[in-house]
Amino acid sequence: MSPRALRRYGLIAFAVLLALLPQLPVPEFWITQANYIGLYTLVALGLVLLTGIAGLTSFGQAAFVGLGAYTAAYLTVTHGVSPWLTVWLGLGVTALAALVLAWVTLRMSGHYLPLATIAWGLSLYYLLGNIEALGKYDGLLGIPALKFFGIELNTGRSYFYLLWTLVLCATIALTHLLDSRAGRALRAVKGGTTMAEAMGVNTFRTKVTAFVLAALLASVSGWLFAHFQRTVNPSPFGLNMGIEYLFMAVVGGVGHVWGALVGASAVQILKDQLQVWLPKLMGTSGNYEVIVFGVLLVLVLQYARDGIWAFVEARLPRINRKVDWADAPALATRPRPPHGDVVLDVNAVRKEFGGLVAVNDVSFQVKAGEILGLIGPNGAGKSTTFNLVTGVLPATRGEVRLLGERIDSLPSREIARRGVSRTFQHVKMIAGMTVLENVALGAHLRGQRGFPSALLRLDRAEERSLMREAEAQLVRIGMGVSMHELAGNLALGPQRLMEIARALCADPTLLLLDEPAAGLRHKEKQGLADVLRQLRSEGLSILLVEHDMDLVMGLVDRVVVMEFGTKLIEGTPDVVQASPAVRAAYLGTEH
Amino acid sequence: MDASIVGILMLDGATNGAVYALLALAIVLVFAVTRVIFIPQGEFVAYGALTLALLQLGRVPGTVWLLVALALLAALLDAAQRVRRGLPLPQVIAAALKSLVVPALIVAVTLWAAPRKLPLVVQSLLTLAIVTPLGPLVYRLAYEKLADATVLVLLIVSVGVHFALTGLGLVFFGAEGFRNPSFWDARFSAGALSLSGQTIIIFLVSIALIVALFLFFERTLRGKALRATAVNRLGARLMGISTSGAGHLSFGLAAFIGALSGLLIGPATTMFYDSGFLIGLKGFVAAIFGGLASYPAAALGAIFVGLLESFGSFWASAFKEVIVFTVIIPVLLWRSFQHGHADEEE
Repeated sequence: MSPRALRRYGLIAFAVLLALLPQLPVPEFWITQANYIGLYTLVALGLVLLTGIAGLTSFGQAAFVGLGAYTAAYLTVTHGVSPWLTVWLGLGVTALAALVLAWVTLRMSGHYLPLATIAWGLSLYYLLGNIEALGKYDGLLGIPALKFFGIELNTGRSYFYLLWTLVLCATIALTHLLDSRAGRALRAVKGGTTMAEAMGVNTFRTKVTAFVLAALLASVSGWLFAHFQRTVNPSPFGLNMGIEYLFMAVVGGVGHVWGALVGASAVQILKDQLQVWLPKLMGTSGNYEVIVFGVLLVLVLQYARDGIWAFVEARLPRINRKVDWADAPALATRPRPPHGDVVLDVNAVRKEFGGLVAVNDVSFQVKAGEILGLIGPNGAGKSTTFNLVTGVLPATRGEVRLLGERIDSLPSREIARRGVSRTFQHVKMIAGMTVLENVALGAHLRGQRGFPSALLRLDRAEERSLMREAEAQLVRIGMGVSMHELAGNLALGPQRLMEIARALCADPTLLLLDEPAAGLRHKEKQGLADVLRQLRSEGLSILLVEHDMDLVMGLVDRVVVMEFGTKLIEGTPDVVQASPAVRAAYLGTEH
Repeated sequence: MDASIVGILMLDGATNGAVYALLALAIVLVFAVTRVIFIPQGEFVAYGALTLALLQLGRVPGTVWLLVALALLAALLDAAQRVRRGLPLPQVIAAALKSLVVPALIVAVTLWAAPRKLPLVVQSLLTLAIVTPLGPLVYRLAYEKLADATVLVLLIVSVGVHFALTGLGLVFFGAEGFRNPSFWDARFSAGALSLSGQTIIIFLVSIALIVALFLFFERTLRGKALRATAVNRLGARLMGISTSGAGHLSFGLAAFIGALSGLLIGPATTMFYDSGFLIGLKGFVAAIFGGLASYPAAALGAIFVGLLESFGSFWASAFKEVIVFTVIIPVLLWRSFQHGHADEEE
């Protein structure tokens, strides 16, 4: 059996097993356990998306569950609203709360979100426990059972089907999301914002979306919880439960969608066992399982940070992505400016870091179909200049124009949208994704499909076009054979080439390469030079920072030499090589 | 609400605020030096207050046995590490025994002193001696291996440690609450305000500790080494400063400050095994005022949190926790507009 079939049949077998479980003479206890596992899996799925994929953490998921549960409970009990309406209202309330929290915290560094979610989890618990209309700490009783086409879902077994259908749908939808344009953007966000923004990803909006999506999953779980328990009170929505949800995700494997299910099952079963055994061991009853949970959490993070599912995943055969894009329509391309037009116009830009002038009123131009080399000793300000052009750093003074339009005050992703693509001096990639997917990230701005179509799998046509482009660029750079490899397994040289392919995927007008040849072998360097020459002949403009003088001098049309933040000289390679000032800058002068 | 009520609330708020300030300083210190967001800070407060409470009853507090267990575990792990590094066995055993001397001494003294119901001050010192070494041990066992992990991983570890320490608190101290006797029963009245001796002690100790910390950071080599580690871990290491040593020291200070805070507020409020968490989180809200980086801003934030809490409990006592913890949102908003830029992670 092929690996792909193995996985597919595994999933089908699991679904069949689930469907049969309530029909078998299983004790009611295990049906109830399975239902709780389903409820917790929904929440843990949100955390996989949030923590494992997007690199954000929340201890407040239980509070979102509470919002969903209380909305359902209050509206059905006191106003008799249909549960099939309250679920949407609950989602609305949750989305609003999540938006406010996300908007407030996600602009800042990563640890403010979890801290805010702790405060939020505590606040909501005390709030629910003190509101008269919500029954204070006693909560609300007598929530009606759900009715589904006239069938009352008032037993564990009947509820099981609705619940697990939703859990499976959510799991599969999330798997789909990870394998999509939006999913790649999410993963890019985890490694920091610079690279993702350079690919045109709106990192703030992506993070907010992930946070809201995770909260919505929790809200659905809360709605189900209310109609399953038929009563709500604040305690299952407190901070402790919020922490337990994260524990489930971490134990199961926070980077894997199936880790949510595994983690929720493991924790629920363990908790049940501990609640039986620990009081016997201690001689008194009490909430002792938290000790084991706490110690386990620390041990998991110390010794098996990828969780249980990672062990399973490592034993499953890896599947190469199916090549189904051979006849996909090509992506639209940008019109190229006529040969010789000024593409990039850097006019007296200056960057000061406190008292240090890193770039001192530097001016130069890059014309269409030209390679401009930017060289200089270490610390000359080349990379800072790069960052000024690409919007990573704001310039203190001066203008940068692209095809006549000022871009110096735009954020990176807007500059990328206008046709500037770049590579990084220190490779920035997503090590856990394949080379092909990494490269496809470069074409982010050439696609439109977002979260909803990814979750519903309506994005396949566009996805095929993106993959076709990614493969084409990889082949062009000579890396077609390694497209199915994990990017993290590549050597440094090929990683740099992959970055160039990724930059080319954006169909740029101007390509900025930051030391592309560092780490490449001689043959690879020659191949790179050939590719760059070919790109130039196609009308692309290239700004090249490089230390390999043989490569630079044999390739570029003109050279700008920088030293101590100042432009030393500009001219053809011959002029620059003959210049005593340049020699002095690199080698020092004789006294 | 008249002026006298305002005065009483202000005094009350400032008193609690002084304790929150101490905790906020510890939180900022630990974060700056080790990048650990130290959620369990509050557990040391409860451990301090309740260890003293059990000593008051003439019982041996369970925290002593925790100290023994953690010290043995740490000694064992250290020994295993040294053996793996190929050190000779006698040397390994000697080092392990040496690390156990201080815990053994503390246990011996506690076992001897507990039934004798010594004076309150002696018991307080003993409490500090029991709880303070827990800090470095927790660092050694939970965090040291992960010292280079991301802030988020360390934060999740913190939550695990919080879970474990709270559960252990239940084992050690039981579910019922304790209120400690006051250190100084005197009362002074100024108009409608009545100032208890305990309040004065809280203010004096807080101020003394803040000054002591200031002197430590400004005037001593170890203090400067901690500051250097806070600014740049790699740079500090290259200068021969042990970042692991800095971690131990900062956690020791945090545990000491926590236990001391527990002693200070023990007489003012009934402490339960899990009371420390909320108290510690209020220290966090204060620390966030200073972006987990500025000591003066954290201290000011702490006074503000204390005031907010006392006025909140006057106006809407049921919602006082809600008020204190929701204030974090406008504070974060204010900070996010000050530093609109998201930092790089990982």
